[in-house]
Amino acid sequence: MFGITHEKDAIVKFALIKRLAPLSALFMLACTLTGCATSGNPKDPIEGFNRAMFAFNEGVDKTVIKPVAQGYEATVPQPARNGVANFFGNIEDVFIGVNNVLQGKVPDGINDFGRVLVNTTLGVFGFMDVASDMGVEKHNEDFGQTFGRWGAGPGTYVVWPLFGPRTVRDSAGLVVDLAADPIGAINDIPARNILLVTRLVSDRAALLPADKVIEEAALDKYSYIRDGYLQRRRSLVYDGNPPRRDESNE
Amino acid sequence: MKWVMGFLAGLVICASAIAEDSAPDVMVKNVTNEVLEIVKKDKDIQSGNTRKAIGLVEAKVIPHFNFQRMTAQAVGKSWRLATAAQQKALAEEFRTLLVRTYANALTAYKNQTVDFKPLKMAPTDTDVTIHSSIRQPGAKSIDIDYALEKDGPDWKVYDFTIGGISMVTSYRDQFSQQIAADGVDGLIKSLQAKNASLDASAAKK
Repeated sequence: MFGITHEKDAIVKFALIKRLAPLSALFMLACTLTGCATSGNPKDPIEGFNRAMFAFNEGVDKTVIKPVAQGYEATVPQPARNGVANFFGNIEDVFIGVNNVLQGKVPDGINDFGRVLVNTTLGVFGFMDVASDMGVEKHNEDFGQTFGRWGAGPGTYVVWPLFGPRTVRDSAGLVVDLAADPIGAINDIPARNILLVTRLVSDRAALLPADKVIEEAALDKYSYIRDGYLQRRRSLVYDGNPPRRDESNE
Repeated sequence: MKWVMGFLAGLVICASAIAEDSAPDVMVKNVTNEVLEIVKKDKDIQSGNTRKAIGLVEAKVIPHFNFQRMTAQAVGKSWRLATAAQQKALAEEFRTLLVRTYANALTAYKNQTVDFKPLKMAPTDTDVTIHSSIRQPGAKSIDIDYALEKDGPDWKVYDFTIGGISMVTSYRDQFSQQIAADGVDGLIKSLQAKNASLDASAAKK
């Protein structure tokens, strides 16, 4: 559907494996170093490793990604930033549509493809989100949610270097998300890299206001983000209506 | 990381609790609209005046929350083992922390609109969940659910969920790990230290 031939598909997969191989080596190393300390928290059996990765990611964010995002926010005017976010959001809508269809929610998928159609044409290549103005609402889907919908449990919570928090299920979803990402498949490497970096900076800039809230609200930022992530993903799999779980400690 | 975005936008609306009316959904709606109207007109709050935002939250929102129950749920098993004085201190510190968080979120408000879903409840119900969602262009709307219980003639919020993230659940692990390490007094101390450091950084501005 994205013009990826089988051959290309194999190359993408190989590239992904190559990219992930050092990560798993790192995983093993960190496990050895930290002894993969068991925390006693059944929600987070590899907490020692996860905390180490979390600290690493925080360092990268603090020294590189966040300052760049702040610079972007300070220099690029809001309407232009919205345009950039809309452009990437429009590409994302294609995947959201595919995932909705895979989850059997065909009307939602049609809604998503309709958004892409309207925003790509009337919205000038997606820079304007005309569809939202028309009341065609954006959804939130990805392959991790699709696997969840198909019955896959979340599995262990893992914090990946650079990619951040995932469950095992969402890690598998991430691999598919990356493989199906048309920007990652662009052959012109400099153009691809510019787009990937722009998307990262645009996404990060959108989160800047949340930083302060999390810093202030959290006693332990690691636990706070983990528990938020796990609840959020569970809710998304059920499209906002998860079955009620008995959380009482009686 | 997308949930974080939802979380933020969600906090913006946390301020919406309950009014004096009898129907809980009407109250949530009224308080939400009242608070957002004030924020829309208040340039100080929009430009990040946390103290003023805290004042607004204290006056309009807090009376509709049951902090005792919220804290008890977040603390979990250890709550019943705590002395009355410890319980009081915990609820006070937790309240201070949450008020500041919501007040800050209000200062980030930018013209989002809030829709409420119709509430199905029987006249005898004493525990209801109100569903609402925040609409913002270019992004999936964010669901905010309020859990309320009947408390005499009034309804009080005892938990709320932003984009599927429950406030009470989010603090449960943080609290229990602190209690496991340093006991209930350790948790009280760490909440006090947190609040004091936030006060100090607010004073510096």
